[in-house]
Amino acid sequence: MKTMFFTQAIDDALAQSMADDPRVILFGEDIPLMRRNLLVRFGPERVRGTPISESTFLGAGVAAAMTGLRPVVEVYMVDFLGVAMDALLNHAAKVKAFSGGKWTAPLVVRAPCGGGYGDGGQHEQSLWGWLAHIPELTILVPSTPADAGGLMLAALQHDGPVIFLEHKLLSETWLEFLGSGARRTVQFDVPAAGAKGAVPSKWRPLPIGKAILRRAGDDVMIVSVGVGVHRAQAAAQTLEAEGISAGVLDLRTVSPLDKPAICEAVAHTGRLLVVDEDYESFGLSGELAAVVLEAGISCSYARVCTQTTLPYARQLEDQSLPNQQRICASVRQLLQEQ
Amino acid sequence: MPPDLWALYALMLESRLFEEAVASLWHDGLISGEMHLGTGEEAIVAGVVAHLREGDAMALDHRGTAALLMRGVDPALILRELLGHPDGLCGGMGGHMHLFSKEHLAASSGIVGAEGPAAVGFALSAQVLRPGAIAVAFFGEGAMNQGMLMESLNLASAWNLPVVFVCKDDGWAITTHSARVTGGDLTDRARGLGVQAAEVDGRDVSAVWEACRPAIERARSGGGPAFLRARCVHLEGHFLGFQLLRMVREPLREMPRIAVPLTGAFLHPGGAGLRERLAGLRTVLEAVLATLRDPRRDPANDPVRRARAALHLEEARLEELEAQVKEALNDVLAATLVEAPA
Ligand SMILES: Cc1ncc(C[n+]2csc(CCOP(=O)(O)OP(=O)(O)O)c2C)c(N)n1
Repeated sequence: MKTMFFTQAIDDALAQSMADDPRVILFGEDIPLMRRNLLVRFGPERVRGTPISESTFLGAGVAAAMTGLRPVVEVYMVDFLGVAMDALLNHAAKVKAFSGGKWTAPLVVRAPCGGGYGDGGQHEQSLWGWLAHIPELTILVPSTPADAGGLMLAALQHDGPVIFLEHKLLSETWLEFLGSGARRTVQFDVPAAGAKGAVPSKWRPLPIGKAILRRAGDDVMIVSVGVGVHRAQAAAQTLEAEGISAGVLDLRTVSPLDKPAICEAVAHTGRLLVVDEDYESFGLSGELAAVVLEAGISCSYARVCTQTTLPYARQLEDQSLPNQQRICASVRQLLQEQ
Repeated sequence: MPPDLWALYALMLESRLFEEAVASLWHDGLISGEMHLGTGEEAIVAGVVAHLREGDAMALDHRGTAALLMRGVDPALILRELLGHPDGLCGGMGGHMHLFSKEHLAASSGIVGAEGPAAVGFALSAQVLRPGAIAVAFFGEGAMNQGMLMESLNLASAWNLPVVFVCKDDGWAITTHSARVTGGDLTDRARGLGVQAAEVDGRDVSAVWEACRPAIERARSGGGPAFLRARCVHLEGHFLGFQLLRMVREPLREMPRIAVPLTGAFLHPGGAGLRERLAGLRTVLEAVLATLRDPRRDPANDPVRRARAALHLEEARLEELEAQVKEALNDVLAATLVEAPA
């Protein structure tokens, strides 16, 4: 069985797509060196470096996608989309509607996201809920190498704008580049099953908008994405020893949500705990509550999310991010409530 | 009036020794995340900051530590911040890329180019509330391609604001050779937006001090914005642990990890023809070769050494000054590290 690291899997799926489809091109800051293994195979025409001009190169990616290319536009971190938001909010997301459904912008925006390595509140945000708020943007947040590669392939075949978020704690290259700088004196709480894992011998696209049940459970269903899925699984393991049966549903796609899977899982347990590394208010966690309520499912509900700007100090940061302790405490409380 | 080279050297040395201590704490794992030092750009920062006075504001980039130290922020507070202490400069919330000091009207940002709008806003306040005060923006040449910084030059020009835009040009934006992604000339670009512009050797603190004096005086007296482009070399590359420098400094450890997958990809069937592949390989090799011809090893590129050389005739005074600076830093380190978590 073949295994790969998280980012290696994404790049491998990208390479397969680039070999199959000459319309796929890559650009972003430092891409010639960051994606050097793609550069030396596909050449500088298709793997390009940009100036630090996000609003323009992202906007150009939208228009290039409208006119036949399949651009994968990388930004250094999802936080920096703030500089270029107009390209997504008012353009990528509007092309289809404004053209009466006749024109689309099939671009993929690839961005590292997430915290847990001490870079502070302007460099460690998740922001998938903020992005998912905009109709017509597809938001993918894989949690394993196999999903990451399969979803990248799906993103490249999707007929509309896709934001592909690559969690830095899972990414062997980003974590070294930004977190450790090859130091052996620092450690991060990296979920092993997310950082490295089995991958198919040939990539096939995974369906967009399909969640996967990582762990069955009867007492409570923990719904999460990205690193949160691994925190939830670790918590479920701990809770099992206490006689609590917690399931874990990995959304994989934040938008569109897999409503049937969510509803089925929550209806079974009657309790929903959302674990979301993104901000708590007005985001994914509230949306999930709306989904089950709209479906007429009655359940008790709690959430473990990031509530504030992420602190720089590592100890404070670890307390702010959803962690195993917070998840376990929240589940215990949910069970006590009835 | 010539610059007081002794005072400038003291500012630069304090900053250099402080950042060297920071580097060692970072290597020991006591400081988390990325760490961008200002080592190599001290002459630019000192040459500008020495002209500032109360009421002046600073918009800083991801290398703001040197400017804050030179502006008089307590080094102990900065150190505690970098170590993530609750009583650090920003309560442990900021870290080195997000250092703020309200008292000194100094704000940092890790968003490249954001210094532009910040300095324009600071200058607007100065124009309305504190006539005679100015704002300074520090940023790299890579930031000059960020739209908001270009818009800032224009707005400062249109509103005749008292801003000095200081471009610390080391030629590199992480692994990107800035010239490869930049059209035209940056100094001409500033002039094209109606901003008075000058160029200076950013390794020479006296030259920087002299070059920015008229710009700052003009801004103070309502003459409008200025742009100063100062060239320098970052002694530690983009940040500590920078991969390109590691490859050069520890080739046996780093090269195989890079060369093996690279060769595999280069030879992989499916993809571009040989010419395109070779062009790709050339791009990678050029970045490595540029690092190998390491300008960091040339003492002429170290602004602190250069300033010291200019003062060498008074060796005894130099030694006294250096001993003082070291002792002050050691006191800060000793006081802070006693309480540092293990
Ligand atoms: C808006 C934005 N885009 C990208 C980055 C990632 N980034 C951090 S520093 C840097 C290079 C900056 O180059 P330059 O302006 O020349 O400053 P230097 O680091 O060389 O001092 C980049 C691309 C960022 N922090 N913010």
